[in-house]
Amino acid sequence: MLKLRDWWEERFGTELFSFLWHKQVPRHKHTIWYYLGGMTLFLFLVQVVTGILLLLYYRPSPPEAFESVQFIMTKVKFGWLIRGIHAWAANLLIFTAMVHMFSTFFLKAYRKPRELTWVTGCALFFLFLGFGFSGYLLPWNELAFFATKVGTQMMAAVPVIGTWLLTFFRGGEEVTGATLTRFFGFHVAIFPLLTTGLLGAHLFLVQYFGMSTPISVEQAHKDKPVPTYAFIPNFLLRDIMGWYIALGVLAALAAIFPWELGVKADPFGATPAGIKPEWYFLFMFQTLKKIPGHVLFIEGEQFGVLAFGLGAALWMLVPFLDRKQEGPLRRLPAVAGGVIVAFIIVMTIWAWRS
Amino acid sequence: MRQFLSILAVLLAAASVAGAQSQSSAAPAAVVDNCRTCHAQLDDRLGEPAKQFVDDIHSTRGITCASCHGGDPREEDMEKSMSRAKGFRGVPKRSEIPQLCAKCHSDGAFMRAYNPSLRTDQLSQYQTSVHGKRLAAGDTRVAVCSDCHGIHKIRPASSPISSVYPQQIPNTCGRCHADAGHMKAYKIPTDQLLNYQASVHYEKLQGGDLAAPTCVTCHGNHGATPPGVSSVERVCGTCHVFQEQLFDQSPHKAVWAAKKIPSCLTCHGNHAIKHTSDAMIGTGKDSFCMTCHVAGDPGGKTAGQISAALTGLDQSLAEAGAVLDSAEQKGMEVGEARVTFSTAHEKLIKARVDLHTMNSARVEETTKAGEKLAQQVNQDGVQALAEYTFRRKGLALSLVAIAFVVICLWLLIRNLERPSAGEEAGHSGAS
Repeated sequence: MLKLRDWWEERFGTELFSFLWHKQVPRHKHTIWYYLGGMTLFLFLVQVVTGILLLLYYRPSPPEAFESVQFIMTKVKFGWLIRGIHAWAANLLIFTAMVHMFSTFFLKAYRKPRELTWVTGCALFFLFLGFGFSGYLLPWNELAFFATKVGTQMMAAVPVIGTWLLTFFRGGEEVTGATLTRFFGFHVAIFPLLTTGLLGAHLFLVQYFGMSTPISVEQAHKDKPVPTYAFIPNFLLRDIMGWYIALGVLAALAAIFPWELGVKADPFGATPAGIKPEWYFLFMFQTLKKIPGHVLFIEGEQFGVLAFGLGAALWMLVPFLDRKQEGPLRRLPAVAGGVIVAFIIVMTIWAWRS
Repeated sequence: MRQFLSILAVLLAAASVAGAQSQSSAAPAAVVDNCRTCHAQLDDRLGEPAKQFVDDIHSTRGITCASCHGGDPREEDMEKSMSRAKGFRGVPKRSEIPQLCAKCHSDGAFMRAYNPSLRTDQLSQYQTSVHGKRLAAGDTRVAVCSDCHGIHKIRPASSPISSVYPQQIPNTCGRCHADAGHMKAYKIPTDQLLNYQASVHYEKLQGGDLAAPTCVTCHGNHGATPPGVSSVERVCGTCHVFQEQLFDQSPHKAVWAAKKIPSCLTCHGNHAIKHTSDAMIGTGKDSFCMTCHVAGDPGGKTAGQISAALTGLDQSLAEAGAVLDSAEQKGMEVGEARVTFSTAHEKLIKARVDLHTMNSARVEETTKAGEKLAQQVNQDGVQALAEYTFRRKGLALSLVAIAFVVICLWLLIRNLERPSAGEEAGHSGAS
C-alpha cells in the first residue's frame, strides 16, 4: 500500500493522499444522515455490477426478453440472486436517495457554497427514477407492460409536446417491441452515461466543499469549533460497515422474497385490474387519477403534469430561492418540505390501499 | 281470457304481415295507431296488451296492432276501425297462429327490409316438428309461436329478457314440459327440466356460456322433435366432434347400432349429463362398463387397462402439481415447468377423448407421453425445492459471514477511537 502511495506521489504529487488523509468530517447529533449518500453510492455500484452480469444473458426483444429473464432465474448459476439483488437494490437505492435528498433539504445542506452539489444530486435522483421506469419494462411481463402503457400515456398530457414525447418514448403510438428496445437503450447506455458524469461532478463537489454542518449545530458551537473525526479511517470504516449491512439485507430480501417474474406480456390481452406503477411513482399516479377533469382553464391531467414539472424545477432551484437565513420566512422551506413529505406519504398510502 | 290474449298477441304479430305487406316491403314509417291510443286507457284484458306492445320488437319496427288483428288504426271511431269491412279479425285461433306469423316471417322479400339475416323457414320447420304435426292433427294444446316467443312483449332472441334467449330457453320449454297436468295426455316424462338443471350443460349455461347446449340445441327449435336412437350420436357430435369420430372407430358402434342401443347417452345420460370422471370406465362399482361386461371378459379387461392408464397419469399429475405448488409458494420460478405441466394435462384430456375408441393401446400411448412429461415436471419441482433449501443455507452462511465482518469493523472502530493511554492519564491527572 505504501509502495503504491509512493508510486502515485512520485508522479502526481502528495496532494490527493494528503487531502484524503487529513480530511475531517463534522461529528454531531445529525452525523448519521451523512452516511445515506455513501449508502446510495454503494447501492448504485451494486446496480452497475449486477446490471452488467444480467446483460450477459438478457435479450431485449419481445419474443426473447421474458424468456431470457426466465432463463437467468432458472438456468444460470446464481442468476436468481443477481436478478433479485438488482431488483431489490433498485428499490432500496431510490429509497436511500430519497431519504438522503430530504435530509439534505431539511438540514439546509444546499446553502452556499453547495448549490451545485444539490442541483447535481437532484438530477441524479431524477435519473434514478428514469432507471427505475425504463428497467421495469425490460422483463416484458404483463404488469410491466401495462404499467408502462399507463405511465407513458401520462406523457401525452404534457402541453404542446405531449404527443411528440409519447411517440418518442414509445417508439410509436403504442407500447411495442420498439418501446422495449428504446427503454433498454436508455437503461443501459444513455442513463448510465449521464449518471457517470453527474455522479463524478456530485462526488467531486462533496469532497471539494466537504460536509455541511447544520445551522443548529453551528449555532450551538458559537465560539468553539465543531468536533470532527477523520474521514479515513473513522468515517470510511463506518461507511463500509453500513455497506456490509446493506449487502446482508439485499441478500436476505433476494433469497426470502424472490422478485417475481409473473406472466409474459400479451399486448392484445385485456389490461389486468389494479395496475399500479412502482411505489416511488404512486403519489404522482394517485394525484393524476384523483385530480378533477378540469382545473382552472385546462384539463386536470394536464394541470397535474404541469404542476409536477414545475414542482421538480422549483425543487432543483431551492438553494437559489432559499436565501433568508433570518426573519420569519426562514422556516418556510422546512414547512413546505414537511407538506411535500406528508403529501407524498398520504398519496402513496392512498394509492397502495385503493 | 288467456286464450283471448294469446290470440290477440298473435294477431299483432300477424298483423304486421297484413299491414306491412300492404305497404309492400318498404321500411316502417310513422303510422297513426288509434288502437293503442284507446286500448292503453283500458284496464286489464283490453288495456294490458297495448301497454306491453310498446317495447315489443314489432312495435319498435313500426308494426301495428292492425298488422295482426286487422281493422283500420287510422279510424278514431271504434265501430269503423274494428269493423269486419275494414278487415278486423279479432283474436286469431291458436291453430291459425303459425300461418299468421308466417305471413311475414316466411316472406323472404318482406323480412329482408327488417332483418336480412333472419331465417324464413320457421313455418316449414315447425310443420315437421311434433308440435306442428299435432297441431295439424287438431291438437291445439301443443306449442305455437306465441307460446315460446310471447304475445305482445316479444323481444329479439338476442335480448337477455327474451323468452328464447339461451339462458331462458330451459324454462320456456319447461313451462309445458315440466307441467305434469299439461303433459298428462301425452304420456311423456316431465322431469326433463329438473334433470337438465342438474347437468353440466346447465351449469355452463348459468355460468354465462351461451354456447352451452339448451333444449333446442339437441331437439331443434322450430322443428323440435326427440332425436332417435340413430341420430343421438350426430346430435352430440355437433359439439363433441372428436368423441363422435372416435366412437365410430370403436367396437361398440356396430354392436350397439344392431341392438338399437343409443350411443352417447348409454354412458352419459341425456338431460342430466353430469361431469365425467375416470370412475365411469373400468371395473369399479361406478363403472358403466360393468353394466354389460364383467371384469374378466375382453371388454372388461380393456376397460380395466384404460382405467389404469388414466388414473395413473391423473395421479402422476396430482403429485407433480403438488410439488410445483409447493415450490411456487416458496417463491421459486417454475414458469417453464408450469407450461410442461399444462402439456402433460392436455395429454390426460386427449387420453380421455381417445377412450371413446375403446382401444387401450391408443389410450396408453397418449398416457405414456403424459407420464413422461409429468415425471419431468416432478423432477423440476423437486429441483426447485432443493434449490430453495440451498438458497436458505447459503443465505444463513452469508449472513453469518457478513455479521462477522460487521462486528470486526465495529471492534476496529471502537479500538481506533479508544482514548490512548496518555490521554487517559491526562484525564485522570486533571481529575
